[in-house]
Amino acid sequence: MTGTILVIGVLALIGVGLYGMMILHNVLKLVVALQILTKAAALALVAAGYMNGQLQLGQSLALTVIVADTMVAVVGLALAVQVRRHFGTLDTRALSTLKR
Amino acid sequence: MEFLPFLLGSVICGFFAVRAARLLHAALWLAGISVLIALMMYQLGAWEIAIIELSVGAGLVTVLFVFAIAVIGDEPISGRSLTPKLLAAALVAAAVLLLSFFLFPVEANSAVSVQSSFAATLWQDRVLDALLQVMLIFAGVLGVMGLLDEPKVRAAEESGLHAETPAPFDQPAPDSHLEEERV
Repeated sequence: MTGTILVIGVLALIGVGLYGMMILHNVLKLVVALQILTKAAALALVAAGYMNGQLQLGQSLALTVIVADTMVAVVGLALAVQVRRHFGTLDTRALSTLKR
Repeated sequence: MEFLPFLLGSVICGFFAVRAARLLHAALWLAGISVLIALMMYQLGAWEIAIIELSVGAGLVTVLFVFAIAVIGDEPISGRSLTPKLLAAALVAAAVLLLSFFLFPVEANSAVSVQSSFAATLWQDRVLDALLQVMLIFAGVLGVMGLLDEPKVRAAEESGLHAETPAPFDQPAPDSHLEEERV
């Protein structure tokens, strides 16, 4: 029962993150949605370790996810700053330089 | 089951983070998700990763978000998204249903219980992961330095600092032969 509830919670977080990635068009908010997705992944790894009796393995894998997640956030924020400087907006619809 | 309120709270925080109109509110809701997930990890017995999630997710990343928002401003963006909301909801529902098909029923395998410390697991069994994390940190730092250094170079070029190119070392300066004749 515990595992089922954990998996349902992880799936809900993944759903919220995916929905945000699809409907948002602000670069910074896209980074927020990506963070929600990766936090769900870290929680899923810890939950899998908890359910299989290998919590330390789950923790070490979740640590890798957290480090990668933080680096993605840092680079994403730096990209957002550059996008704002170059294009004057954070709107992803204004970033395309191709003809429509 | 003590973690159930934290799980519900993290999903609600995620919903509000996506729906928030202001960027600062979205960053604060994201910090709330990190805090609740860290508490949930602590309840599950993963103390080390709970502390790391709390300090990095709720601390460092939130500070970076607030700093970035302070630099670029809290710009409200309105208008329709590229993906219609109904289509996005349908796609998300399909993805979650597909994941559920593979994940359920959840079977706990408590027979496998190798109890070693977190440090031993990380530094002996998963040493490649630790090296990968170091590489990721260096790559992230180098990437940020490259991204944030570009405006300085462009500003210097625009202000004319690089307009006068220095003479190469192997060629004499234009006035050097005149000085030799005077001597």
